[in-house]
Amino acid sequence: MIVSAKDIHKHFGALHVLKGVDLDVAERELVFVIGPSGSGKSTLLRCLNRLERPTSGSVRVDGIDMLAPSTDINHARQRIGMVFQSFNLYPHMTALGNVTLALRKVAGKSRAEADVLGQAALERVGLADRASHRPAELSGGQQQRVAIARAIALEPRVMLFDEPTSALDPELVGSVLAVMRSLRESGMTMIVVSHEMGFARAAADRVVFMDDGLIVEQGPPAAIFEHPTHERTRAFIGQIQRH
Amino acid sequence: MEEMIQAFFNADIARAAMPIVLAGLLNTLLMSLLVVPLGLMGGLALALGAHSRHPLVRWPLMAWVDFFRAFPPLVLLVLLFAGLPFAGLELGGFACVAIAFFLNTGAYYGEILRAGIESIPHGQVEAARSTGLSRLQTTTYIVLPQAVRNVLPDLLSNTLEVVKLTSLGSVVAVPELLYQARQAQSVTYNATPIVMAAVIYFLILWPLVRLLSRLENRALAGRG
Ligand SMILES: Nc1ncnc2c1ncn2[C@@H]1O[C@H](COP(=O)(O)OP(=O)(O)O)[C@@H](O)[C@H]1O
Ligand SMILES: [Mg+2]
Repeated sequence: MIVSAKDIHKHFGALHVLKGVDLDVAERELVFVIGPSGSGKSTLLRCLNRLERPTSGSVRVDGIDMLAPSTDINHARQRIGMVFQSFNLYPHMTALGNVTLALRKVAGKSRAEADVLGQAALERVGLADRASHRPAELSGGQQQRVAIARAIALEPRVMLFDEPTSALDPELVGSVLAVMRSLRESGMTMIVVSHEMGFARAAADRVVFMDDGLIVEQGPPAAIFEHPTHERTRAFIGQIQRH
Repeated sequence: MEEMIQAFFNADIARAAMPIVLAGLLNTLLMSLLVVPLGLMGGLALALGAHSRHPLVRWPLMAWVDFFRAFPPLVLLVLLFAGLPFAGLELGGFACVAIAFFLNTGAYYGEILRAGIESIPHGQVEAARSTGLSRLQTTTYIVLPQAVRNVLPDLLSNTLEVVKLTSLGSVVAVPELLYQARQAQSVTYNATPIVMAAVIYFLILWPLVRLLSRLENRALAGRG
């Protein structure tokens, strides 16, 4: 297992947001996470790279105990790429600057090496010709692809996507999904929180449905979408398909 | 009219007083070059500390900033200069100015930088941390460059105030521009040296004022 999370609980003050989540993800697997807003999907992803510290439970990624005090978290995070709904690019840097910063400062590459690797990452997301553009000069879809390049440049073992297309105009969604598809085809292990059911059907190995801080049910996309066993899953899927 | 010119714009006295006044200018510039970086460093430490996760760090720092912003700098300076000797600590006027400015302008720079830091969306910090950058690296490469740029007009405006405030040094016998001009005035019985000081203050501050209003206009245009 690349990712192995066991009995994750997360409290925000009195709010109990994750109520005992287990999630194992195998190498090269694409796990697609769905669930109503506020069900804890983002929090779960953020617990995997310790942007949030679980109140209890254990998280191992690529053999590393993410919660152990002895773990060098900055080193461990290189293995876990993350893509956010709001891109979160650094606006004062070019696309290439965004992609190479961690290569230089975390992975310890020289500027020349980092530029080569960064340029290759931009190439993979189809933006080789935008390397010297600032985020403000790029469309939303292009910005999100730069964010993907920033993560994959570090050659992570797993990629986390938190609603990567939710902030995009509909006509720009396709370009981001295409990059995610090609990443998947290259064998990347991925955990994707999204509402793009078409993508899930085509690319996911497993769909996980979360509600109220728990995984309610999971299985192959066809099974979850056509024959959900739980009433809550059925209601949720019915709701998003009507949209 | 003739008397006016004699009292305020006397060319002979101006020539004679020039070396004294210029020595003062040199000290004013040196003092500014000391006091501005000192205040900026103090302010940066305060601004970063104010973002600490630990209330025991955050809380005293915020109280500190409030206290020194409320404390009139002249009173602070006199207190240090006239008060510390009673505690057996005799610092020169220059050292007192340095300390007082560190405390006073550090608090102001701190508030400005804190606002700048808070203007950076937290998502960028999370993205940086998710790639393995440490807290310090994230602050250095992501937060501060943008924060400083966002509050550059305020920083510059505060710097302008700081340079003006160096004239307080005259109260504790630091031979800066105003002090030297007054010395020259008292020996010549003529106001010309003071006018010279005023003109010099204007000449060194006016470019900063111009720069500031350009920055402010640019900020307005950027927002609009
Ligand atoms: N930093 C936080 N502080 C307090 N509450 C939070 C925080 N982050 C998330 N929550 C709460 O946790 C719940 C789950 O949020 P989230 O994981 O973002 O859900 P989802 O991504 O499924 O919409 C929500 O009720 C949200 O308000
Ligand atoms: Mg979410």
